[in-house]
Amino acid sequence: MATQKEVLIDPIFNNNPIALQVLGICSALAVTINMATTLVMCAAVIFVCTLSNLAVSLVRNHVPTNIRIIVQMTIISSLVIVVDQVLQAVAYDISKSLSVFVGLIITNCIVMGRAEAFAMQNGPWLSALDGFGNALGYSVILIGVALIREPLGSGTLLGYEIIPTIANGGWYLPNGLLLLAPSAFFIIGLFIWAIRAWKTEQVEEAEYEIAPNTQYERAL
Amino acid sequence: MGLRSYLDDIAPHFEKGGRLHALYPAYEAIDTALYTPGKITDGASHVRDSLDLKRIMITVWLCAFIPVFVGSYFVGLNANEAMQALGQTSIDGWRGIFVNGLIGFDPSSIWDCLIHGLAYFVPLYITVFLAGIAFEVWFAAKRGHEVNEGYFVTSILFTLTLPPSIPLWMAALGVIFGVVIAKEVFGGTGKNFLNPALTGRAFLYFAYPAQMSGDAVWVAVDGWTQATPLGNAAIGEPYGVDWISAFLGNMPGSMGETSTLAILIAAVLLCATRIASWRVMSGVFLGMLLTSSLFNLIPSSNPMFDMPFYWHLVLGGFAFGMVFMATDPVSAAMTNDGRWFYGILIGFMCVLIRVVNPAFPEGMMLAILFGNLFAPLIDHFVVQSNIKRRLARG
Repeated sequence: MATQKEVLIDPIFNNNPIALQVLGICSALAVTINMATTLVMCAAVIFVCTLSNLAVSLVRNHVPTNIRIIVQMTIISSLVIVVDQVLQAVAYDISKSLSVFVGLIITNCIVMGRAEAFAMQNGPWLSALDGFGNALGYSVILIGVALIREPLGSGTLLGYEIIPTIANGGWYLPNGLLLLAPSAFFIIGLFIWAIRAWKTEQVEEAEYEIAPNTQYERAL
Repeated sequence: MGLRSYLDDIAPHFEKGGRLHALYPAYEAIDTALYTPGKITDGASHVRDSLDLKRIMITVWLCAFIPVFVGSYFVGLNANEAMQALGQTSIDGWRGIFVNGLIGFDPSSIWDCLIHGLAYFVPLYITVFLAGIAFEVWFAAKRGHEVNEGYFVTSILFTLTLPPSIPLWMAALGVIFGVVIAKEVFGGTGKNFLNPALTGRAFLYFAYPAQMSGDAVWVAVDGWTQATPLGNAAIGEPYGVDWISAFLGNMPGSMGETSTLAILIAAVLLCATRIASWRVMSGVFLGMLLTSSLFNLIPSSNPMFDMPFYWHLVLGGFAFGMVFMATDPVSAAMTNDGRWFYGILIGFMCVLIRVVNPAFPEGMMLAILFGNLFAPLIDHFVVQSNIKRRLARG
């Protein structure tokens, strides 16, 4: 049985849902252009993932196995609708710039994956912690990506100019690639590289070995 | 042989246990670039061929100097003509320090044009070379593989695809992206499924569109705007150049891509030495010919539909991509039949992007990267069909 601490902390670096399991990539590409939308998205996912895990865990013993996915979906979509409505009420601009991606939390593999893989087998407290931890792992990567994309892509952070751009009389020429979704792919790839260089047990076993092209020790 | 004995003298420092072992790849690269490696074949395999990676890469590198000189001449010619039109007689900035006393900026003088063009090519090439080789050596030292001559080719081809007025730091950033993301993360030369030079260029194209496209960057004179003929064609303007001039290279464009004649001379050399695949080149040309002829038959208000194949050949980066980029032995298809399909796919995609996509007047870079992605799949199907045919034959 996993301890509370493991359940909460592991998903942040040891078993990160984006960096190791490569789930939830689409929203990571879409919302990380600026920090404000990223933070809102992270808060929404933390809310949905924690409460959905809690709710699924509470009803897990009363749900017939063959309709469990439908029940999970109902719970998750109810939560997502709540988030969406709240956002439209209190932060309409951000809600507009997040557009469909709030609604698409329903299809975020992390939320469904944790409900199915963890909450169906564990108690409510551990499940809620697990949902919170995984959403936190997702948030760490998203915030990291946004920390690179917003300053280097438009010279700002949370809308405040931190690197003066040439267009505003400064020296920095913004990198337009970082405003396009593919840049998040490169950045997430570099994150995965960095995490695996740090935690080498995450490196997958090579499917085959290629012999070194020159055996220079022998040649010498 | 002072140099040889000097290299032998310092060799112990770079071997295992030496103080500078971490820099072994740099030492090995310099040594094997200057002298034939003294390695011997042992074990059972005795396939011997004088054509090794070293010779392949150096041949491409030498062939690339034909477009370098011709391209530099036309960069200088365009710049000198613009300066004449603007009434300038010297250039500002640090380039001026080197060339103002040397040349008179007269468009009719071959010397003036060549030196003026080289004043743009040489600093860019040095920057690109040093920036990229630094990362190559770093990765080689960390990963324990060698630095090979492939980088000579990557660096010169990358530089030739840049507009002359691009800032040096931008070129350095582009080539570092190309080397690291397209090549080294996959394991170095031989394991890169994308062409590193083109990946670096694609990075710059999307990151800094104002410095890589448009009409202000192609002639290396400040404040002079002149669109490329392909850019003109895309918006229905007259090309601004006749076919022979375009074939010779007298038009604005990236440094190495303008002169189709120089590129074709290099192509003949590359094919004669069997370095580059004539099948890939023919495939690209055939794909372009068929696709553009097909578009010519379709009546449309889009002026690009009417561009005949002989204009597609001489405008933009088509010829350069066909001869130097598509034929990259690592990222191209490996099977002979596959090379035809791969080439045709590139020619088709290039014309398709040029004609149908209004956002990109030029399609060669994206077409080749697209072709690179499909090359392993094409090879797979060719190999499978060979296996099936042999099985059927019994």
